[in-house]
Amino acid sequence: MSAELSRRDFLKASATVTGGLSLAFWLPGTAEAINTDQFKPNAFIKIEADNSVTVISKHLEMGQGVYTGLATIVAEELDADWSQIKIEGAPADARRYNNLHWGPAQGTGGSSSIANSYMQLRQAGATARAMLVSAAAEAWKVPAEAITVERGTLSHPPSGKKAKFGDFVSQALRQPVPEKVALKDPKDFKLIGKHAPRKDSRAKTTGRARYTQDVKMPGLQTALVIHPPRFGSKVKSFDASAAKPMKGVFDVVQIPSGIAVLAKDFWTAKQARDQVKVEWDDSNAMTQGTAELLAEYRELAKQDGLVAPGKRGDVDAALAKAAKVINAEFLFPYLAHAAMEPMNCVVKLSADQCEVWNGEQLHTGDQYALAQITGLKPEQIKINMLFAGGSFGRRANPVSDYVREAASIAKAIDGKAPVKLVWTREDDMRGGHYRPFYLHALSVGLDERGQPIAWKQRIVGQSIMAGTPFESFAVKNGIDSTSVEGAANLAYGIANLQVDLHSPKHAVPVQWWRSVGHTHTGFSTEVMIDMAAHAASLDPVAYRLALLQDHPRHSAVLKLAADKAGWTKPLAPGKAGEKRGRGVAVHESFNTVVAQVAEITVKADGSFKVDRVVCAVDCGVVINPDNVRAQMEGGIGFGLGAALHDAITLKAGAPEQSNFHDYPALRINEMPQIEVHIIPSTTNPTGVGEPGVPPIAPAVANALAAATGKRVFELPMGRG
Amino acid sequence: MKIKVNGKSRNVDASPDTPLLWVLRDELEMTGTKFGCGMALCGACTVWVNGQPTRSCITPVSAVGTASVTTIEGLQGRAASAVQMAWEKLDVVQCGYCQSGQVMAATALLMKNGKPTDADIDAAMSGNVCRCATYQRIRAAIHEAAKIMGGKA
Repeated sequence: MSAELSRRDFLKASATVTGGLSLAFWLPGTAEAINTDQFKPNAFIKIEADNSVTVISKHLEMGQGVYTGLATIVAEELDADWSQIKIEGAPADARRYNNLHWGPAQGTGGSSSIANSYMQLRQAGATARAMLVSAAAEAWKVPAEAITVERGTLSHPPSGKKAKFGDFVSQALRQPVPEKVALKDPKDFKLIGKHAPRKDSRAKTTGRARYTQDVKMPGLQTALVIHPPRFGSKVKSFDASAAKPMKGVFDVVQIPSGIAVLAKDFWTAKQARDQVKVEWDDSNAMTQGTAELLAEYRELAKQDGLVAPGKRGDVDAALAKAAKVINAEFLFPYLAHAAMEPMNCVVKLSADQCEVWNGEQLHTGDQYALAQITGLKPEQIKINMLFAGGSFGRRANPVSDYVREAASIAKAIDGKAPVKLVWTREDDMRGGHYRPFYLHALSVGLDERGQPIAWKQRIVGQSIMAGTPFESFAVKNGIDSTSVEGAANLAYGIANLQVDLHSPKHAVPVQWWRSVGHTHTGFSTEVMIDMAAHAASLDPVAYRLALLQDHPRHSAVLKLAADKAGWTKPLAPGKAGEKRGRGVAVHESFNTVVAQVAEITVKADGSFKVDRVVCAVDCGVVINPDNVRAQMEGGIGFGLGAALHDAITLKAGAPEQSNFHDYPALRINEMPQIEVHIIPSTTNPTGVGEPGVPPIAPAVANALAAATGKRVFELPMGRG
Repeated sequence: MKIKVNGKSRNVDASPDTPLLWVLRDELEMTGTKFGCGMALCGACTVWVNGQPTRSCITPVSAVGTASVTTIEGLQGRAASAVQMAWEKLDVVQCGYCQSGQVMAATALLMKNGKPTDADIDAAMSGNVCRCATYQRIRAAIHEAAKIMGGKA
C-alpha cells in the first residue's frame, strides 16, 4: 500500500475544527492515476464499489478495543452502517499517521488513541460524507442540501432517489475536497455513546485472528536467541558445533544481544539452542540482587533528592508544627508485562527494503532503529501492523529491543531468508524492560483536627525515560516526569507538598507498564490518605471529598462509586470466623479519573478474596460504553493480579522468575465481580486503556486494613 | 507418522518428542492454537484429544497415536456454536490471544455439563490465563451459552 501512496502527492488541509489539527488528504488526481473502484478521501478511509468502508487505524489493536473505537468515530460522521465497516492497520508513515499528542511520531500509548484521534477522525468521516453527498448531488442534479445520509444510504427524499456509498465511488473521488465541513452536534450521535459490537470478536473466537506469531511465508526461518543470564553481560565465546549439524538447523550466529539459532521451525530451533554452549563476559554484568538494591535505595531515601515541579508551601516547616506525623515506607517490585503473546517479530531484509511484521506499537521509533541497523532510510522500513496478543506497554519499547534483535539476525545472515524471532515465555520474562523497582518514603503531617497540612514524599527508582529517545521531553532538570506523576500533582488540597526523587542507574532495562508511574504513586498516595483519614477517625470517603473541593471530576467519581457500592451501609457479614472489609481509592491518570470501592472477605486462616469492585470513571465523551466497561474490568484484573502475586526479583544481576508458576497471572477464580459506572460528559474523550489499573491495589489494601487493622506497605501483598 | 486432526488423517514429519502444538502450528500450519508458556501453565494451547481438553504444548506428538485431535479450526457442534455466539454477544475478547484456548475449554465443559455453576466454571477454566482479565465476561458467556443450549449438555 505504501508504495502506491508514495507515488502520490498529498495536500495538508488544515482542519477547521481545532487549532493544530491537520489531515493528510489525497489530491484529487487525474483519472489515470486513480483506481476507480476505490474512493479514498483521506488517509483514514477507503470506500469500495462493493459498498464496504475500510477505516485505516493508525493505532495498534492490542486488546484495548481501539480498532472498534476509531471506526465508530469515522462511521458516526460518515453516517455509515456499522455492518459495512472494516478495519485495517495503517502502514508506518509519521507524516500521515502520527499520534497528534506525540508530534511527528507514530505510535500507540499513554491511553491516547481515542483522545488524539477524536477530532481528526470526525473530520475525516465528515469530509468523506460531504464528498459522497456532492457526488450524489451531481449525479441526481439536485442540491446537496436536499440529500440525507443514513446508515450508509444516500437519499433525496423529494425525488425518492436512493443509493449506497459504493454506487458513487468513481464520482466521489472526482469531487473537490471541501475545506470546511460541519461536524455533528453530539446530541445527534447515533453510534458514539451507543453499543457498536467489537469488529474483531468473530476472528478472535474462531482462531482466525492473525498475530505476529502466526506469520508464514516461503523460506521463513525461525530464530531463538540465547540471552545473557545476567543484565549487562556480553558473549565472550560460543560453541555451536553440536547444534549446527542438527537436521533442520540453518545457522547459529552472534548478534549484539546474544547468540541466535535459526532453524526450520520453533521446536528444532529450541532443541538446537539447548546444544549451544556460551561463555559470558561478565565484566560489566550487574552484580546486585534485590536485597542489595533495597539497601541502596534505603540509603538514598535518607538523602534529599531532586525536587519535582509542583512543590507547594514549605513542607518542612509544616511538618515541624504538625500535631501528628505519619511516616511510611512503600516498596514496589520490578514487574514484567507478561503479555500472552511472548515478544516476537518477523523481518525480511533486502537491498533496498526491510519489511517487518509485528504487533507494532512504536512505528517511528522502530523505523529509526531499524534504519540504523540496516543502513537503509527510515522510509525504507516497511511495517505491517498485526494484532498484538497483549502488550501492556511492552511492545512500545523505547529502544526497540526485540525488533532490533530480529533485524540483527536477518542482517547476520545477509538477508538470505526472512526471519521470525520467537521468544519463549522464559525469554520474555527474563528479558528485562520491567516496571522499575521503587521505594517511596512518605511523611504526612496532620493538624489538631486530623487534616493534612504537609505531604512529603521521596521516590527512589530507576528512570524509565533516561537514555531513550524520549529523554529530551520527559526528563527535565533530572526529573523523569513518569517517576513522580500522580504524586507531584496530588489532587488533594494540601497546602504544603513536596515530592523529591532519586533516579539510581542500574543495568536492568526498565519500561512503562500499563499506567506507568501511576502504578506506584496511585498506591502510596491512596494508602497514605486512607491512613490519614483513619488517624483523624473520619470516614475515608468524606475525608477525601473534603480535600477534593477543587477537583470536581475526582469528587464526582468518588461519590458515584461510593453511592453505587452502598458505602454508607454496613457490609453483609461473612461466615463464622471470616472478616469483611471495604476500601476505596481514587486516582487520575492520562486525564481520566477513576474511583474504585473494593469489598473483600478475609478467612480465618488470614487468606482473602476480593469479592466485588465498584468502579466509577470519567473519561469525557464515551465512544463505546461497553468497551469502557471492558477496559475497567481488564485494568482491575491486571492490576489486581500484580498486586496480589507478582514480583521480578534479582539475584546477582539475574532475574529469578521465568514463567507463570513463579510469576502468577490472576485466574478466573480470583476475579472479583466488577460493576462499572460512567460519568456522563460532553468534554473530549480521554483514555481508558490504563486508568483502571492504579486504584485497585490501594482499594484492596485499604479494604484489608478495614477488615484486619493491618496496613499493606509492600507489593505484592499476597493472598494473606 | 500419521495423526488425526479435525477428522482428517495428516502425515507428520517431526521427531517423536515434538509437542503437538508445534506440529499443528509449524507443520500443519494451523495457527489458531496458540503458544503462551510451553509448560502447561496458561492454557493458550488447549486442544482436545479424544474430546478431552489437553495442553498441546507439553503433549509429544508421538503420544497422540490414533487419538482424534480437535483444534479451534475444527471446532463445531451445538456447544461450540453456543459458546462462540455467547462470546460474540458479550464481546468477551480483548487481545484475543488466549481465546482459542478459552473457547476450547468452555465448550468441553458445556458438553459435559449443560448448566455449570460458578464453582464448575472456576474448576474447568482456572487453567486458562487471560492477561487482559476478560474473566468476568468469560463466566457470563458460559452461563449465556448454557442458556442458548437450554441447560442441556
